[in-house]
Amino acid sequence: MAEEIKAHITGVVFQVTAKVGDKVAAGDPVIVLESMKMEIPVEAPRAGAVKEIRVREGQTVQEGETVVVLE
Amino acid sequence: MFRTVLVANRGEIARRIVRGCRALGLRTVAVYSEADRDAPHVKDADHAVLLGPAPARESYLSVERILAAARESGAEAVHPGYGFLSESWRFAEACARAAAGVPIVPGSPEPVADAASAERVAGGLGYPVILKAAAGGGGIGMAKVASADELAGAFATATRRAQSAFGSGQVYVERYLEAPRHVEVQVFGDTKGTVVHLHERECSIQRRHQKLVEESPAPNLDARIRRGLTEAAVAGARAIGYVNAGTLEFLVDAQGGFYFLEMNTRLQVEHPVTEEITGLDLVAAQLRVAAGEPLPFTQETIEPRGAAVEVRVYAEDPARNFLPSPGTITRLALPGGEGIRLESGVVEGSVVSVHYDALLFKLIARGADRAQAIERLARALDTCVVEGVKTTLPLLRTITAHADFRRGRVHTQMVEQGAFHG
Repeated sequence: MAEEIKAHITGVVFQVTAKVGDKVAAGDPVIVLESMKMEIPVEAPRAGAVKEIRVREGQTVQEGETVVVLE
Repeated sequence: MFRTVLVANRGEIARRIVRGCRALGLRTVAVYSEADRDAPHVKDADHAVLLGPAPARESYLSVERILAAARESGAEAVHPGYGFLSESWRFAEACARAAAGVPIVPGSPEPVADAASAERVAGGLGYPVILKAAAGGGGIGMAKVASADELAGAFATATRRAQSAFGSGQVYVERYLEAPRHVEVQVFGDTKGTVVHLHERECSIQRRHQKLVEESPAPNLDARIRRGLTEAAVAGARAIGYVNAGTLEFLVDAQGGFYFLEMNTRLQVEHPVTEEITGLDLVAAQLRVAAGEPLPFTQETIEPRGAAVEVRVYAEDPARNFLPSPGTITRLALPGGEGIRLESGVVEGSVVSVHYDALLFKLIARGADRAQAIERLARALDTCVVEGVKTTLPLLRTITAHADFRRGRVHTQMVEQGAFHG
């Protein structure tokens, strides 16, 4: 079942570290947010393949917004 | 005039500098990489020291190796020529620090080649030691080693981690400081060459190596250590001809040893603590010095009085490992009163943006002594209200009420170790 990974804080997308099709393990960062001069990774909650990436670098995301979807 | 000069370069310019030294009757030390073993500049000099492999990064650009070569050959000065480190402020600062004799954490001057040499260095330093990735940062590849029988295993792990994280498996060995304090010294220099200190600040209570609470004077600090710190700071600033406000940061261990960390060449966040106990305006002094005027104070006229404590209120959630908490400040009530100073960048309705630092305001309390300053601070914190964003206020209240803080028993690992939980 697909799982949406949501941003746990508000910030600007500093880096998209995953690509569509990548296999990620639980705890792997999928994107890195920058907020208040801190870089904060958003991690995969479980293992899976990356189905969709909803954000691009430089974009502002709100807390709770979906950033990546896993298969 | 010095007697021995190290020439930190190669090729024609190294030979030119050797000739210049000869003209003044000075002894010369050449440095070289493995690729330059037979180079003419090596033969020209009176003495030569091998730096490392051919890549410049591991030889002619290695600040540590060049300084180690200067030390072991007894050179009192370094001529960098052009290129390589000739315009590196880091190198200039490292040379000045070496010349001023400011103590740094004891350790291997360069990466250790294998577990056996790590063991040799560690044996000389005494356990516990810490292994640190040469290319590292952020604590990755760092490992504390308690005894000799743990070293080989820890060395293998640290090397592997450093290799995968930084692409270089090189590690250093350093003495491990158990729960050290962070004490820093405010210095001030002017363009006439005068350098004074404005006493110390205790800044041990930190998270992510960033300060939360600062105070002056540092509590429970032996007068001998205090004097050692301020003397080392002034000597260091003088050695580099430092102009304007600066701060030399030190780690102080439980045995009273102190080690230079780094110099902050700017106005510090915590400068109000120093202003409160000295009655001086550091920003005004910065402007005067920048305009070429002499310092508006002398060492003799800087008289610390009473005690001052500052806390930093950040838009961060201490309950969620200090995650940033941007948003809009919907309600803000800030304290005032006897001995309370407030430095705030926000008002009610301010938007705390994701684009900048999370500091909202600083609260500084002054008292005739430390106990009074803390009492005033605790009362002021109780009346603070910030709504709309999460802040470090709850943690700061816990800290100011904490028995260890009240007794002045602080160290840099308290927040991470959970000393202020619950």
